[in-house]
Amino acid sequence: MRSVLRQFVLSRDARSDPDEVLRLAGSSFAVSDGTRPITLRRLWLDTFDWRLYRSGLTLEQVSSRGETHLLLTGRDGTVVAAGAAGGRVAWPARLEALPLGPLRDHLGRVVGVRALLPVARAVSTVHDRRVLNSDEKTIARLTVDRMSVTYPAAADVTPRLTVTALRGYQTQALRMIGLLAAAPGVADGGSQSTLEAALAAAGRRPGDYSSKIDVRLAPGMPAAAGMAAVLTALFGTLEANLNGTVRDWDTEFLHDLRIAVRRTRSALKLAGDVLPGDLASRFAAEFKWLGDLTTPTRDLDVYLLGYQGMAGGLIAATADELEPFHEHLRRSRAAAQRALVRGLRSARFTRLAGEWREALAAAAASRTRPTIARLAAARIARAHRRVIRDGSAISPTSPPESLHNLRKRCKELRYLLELFASLYDPAEHWQAVRELKALQDCLGEFQDTQVQREEIRAFAAQMMEERAAPAATLLAMGEIAAGLAARQRQARIEFAGRFRDFASKPSQNRIKALTRAAA
Amino acid sequence: MKIFATYNIKGGVGKTATAVNLGYLAARDGYRVLLWDLDPQAATSFLFRIRPRVKGGGKALIRGSRTIDDAIKATDFDHLDLLPADFTYRNLDLMLDAAKKPARRLGGLLAPLSAEYDVIFLDCPPGISLLSESVLQTADAVLVPLIPTTLSVRTLDQLTEFIGDLDGSRPSILAFFSMIDRRKRLHREILEQLPAQRDDVASAAIPALSLIEQMSVERAPVTAFAPRSAAARRYEELWLEVRKRSGLPPPPPVGTW
Repeated sequence: MRSVLRQFVLSRDARSDPDEVLRLAGSSFAVSDGTRPITLRRLWLDTFDWRLYRSGLTLEQVSSRGETHLLLTGRDGTVVAAGAAGGRVAWPARLEALPLGPLRDHLGRVVGVRALLPVARAVSTVHDRRVLNSDEKTIARLTVDRMSVTYPAAADVTPRLTVTALRGYQTQALRMIGLLAAAPGVADGGSQSTLEAALAAAGRRPGDYSSKIDVRLAPGMPAAAGMAAVLTALFGTLEANLNGTVRDWDTEFLHDLRIAVRRTRSALKLAGDVLPGDLASRFAAEFKWLGDLTTPTRDLDVYLLGYQGMAGGLIAATADELEPFHEHLRRSRAAAQRALVRGLRSARFTRLAGEWREALAAAAASRTRPTIARLAAARIARAHRRVIRDGSAISPTSPPESLHNLRKRCKELRYLLELFASLYDPAEHWQAVRELKALQDCLGEFQDTQVQREEIRAFAAQMMEERAAPAATLLAMGEIAAGLAARQRQARIEFAGRFRDFASKPSQNRIKALTRAAA
Repeated sequence: MKIFATYNIKGGVGKTATAVNLGYLAARDGYRVLLWDLDPQAATSFLFRIRPRVKGGGKALIRGSRTIDDAIKATDFDHLDLLPADFTYRNLDLMLDAAKKPARRLGGLLAPLSAEYDVIFLDCPPGISLLSESVLQTADAVLVPLIPTTLSVRTLDQLTEFIGDLDGSRPSILAFFSMIDRRKRLHREILEQLPAQRDDVASAAIPALSLIEQMSVERAPVTAFAPRSAAARRYEELWLEVRKRSGLPPPPPVGTW
């Protein structure tokens, strides 16, 4: 067993031979010649939203001497799981491309449905040497890693020296480290991982993407400039997800892209009037087109992602009987994806992107009043009043439309809270969103189950038309529709309690305090 | 975790060479291996260039005032660790005698290591003592090197009888011929006859080769410094047979240590 004791970086004036350094320091340690330096081709992988990095894990594909391994390591460099099949995987890839085993299990728990993408590539020349004590017993290993990054940008990393102590020899190793550390050109390397060093050299940092709105608003900034900043950030998210959506690496690129579009549309609708001229109305129609373009593929993704659960929940019918429905979903999804890609590559989208950026740049320079904090407080308060008003009017006999409309009001409030999140105290804001989310989940379940039931009906009709629906399959689909109806009824029952919690005095006061404090 | 003991009532039959080489081969195959040098002569510790010293001596280990964990040293080979000998081990019998349930004491000391190691080799000193009794009650299998002479065969019988008389769990026995000199007629005869008569004698056998003696000069297992030699090949065969007969599960996949 070995443990990394210390990491150094070696500057140009560092002596290349640690043996000489130790000898000059008058120590009795010697350094073996070790094995010949080996060349490693390294490729680091993570999801687009850095799920591994955020969980303290690093996935690296290492190729050397014709062999390729995948290594999943923890923050301290210990190997969590490993596999030998990496060489056969064409990245980006989803987990299904990896062979079954502990590595895939481990990754599955962290990355979920997301694909693994290359985040950095490098070539390392690694020289491993042993430090011997006066008994000629190895007490530590010295590894010098000279690395050149080739992706995301070409760069050389300052050579790194890692000291790993052998079990039972920590004290001697620490003494030796003290001698090394005092040598010229040897500097403490901190705890930066190899991936962090590679990315830093290439001018990138891990964890630099998140689907959250990454903008810091100052309360006193003009409302138009604040809105332009939020909308620019949203468009950045949209564009960041474009390539992954078109290439269909995983379903979440489209999901994040859609959320960016929906947030943009809500922002234009609920606070677009502060933007100069007719900017909001001019672009509202274009973003509706973009949103509609993405709907069919996402709807089918939702079905396909939940398919196993749906098939597994059948009681009367069997999963096999449902299979033609699965096939129908897959074919429909492939067709929807082709249409989506055509739309995203169209001149209309290119024009939208260009004109939108230009318009936002102009709006960012706007100096008109009110301030962004005042605007946010007023719009959040209004949206909140509407939710309370519409929700209070709902009784057990109200038609489903009243719940659907309330869901829309809730979404508006949620989007406003998210757009202006950076103006508020994070803990208070989080609490407000949490209470709203509980209500939204219930309303979402109510409407989604209804929409899905109607869609299943439409799918069944379509499959009948295409003569792709055996009677057993239609019966199985009927069972799924019945299950959805039961879930919808349950959501309807739960609604009253959820709304009561949301409309409670403490909850209402929280929203009021939040907006008052910022304004 | 499987515990193997290399043991014989007689000394100088190749116990240490067996423990060192099989330990190395197990580690090379991907098992996480611990070797415990129980012999105060400390030949195993010497071969791995590890000083034969345990803080607090055998007494601290047996009493539990120091954990085994603290005393373990890494060898120069990946996945192969050593619990070194200590000169106080010459009194391990007395120390065990002072402990509660002396025959089970070693097993109790090793149990906490089961998450860390897949295979443990106990390299035992010769003789019949409380220590050997404790070793035999702890081990899953006893590997008995035998020089092919009539007296050695008689020793195996004695050992089998001794193990048969033990209370509680009894290890399986796997004897194998060691230090074979094919120029000697007696060696050749016993070598041909005994494995056919007894199923606890392995078909793999270790000849007397000078390269094995060379281990004390190289201070490394022959399987490591001369992996393609005839001596290394014989140890490979023996290890294969030990793995198979003991039902040792495959090593953990790469990287789970």
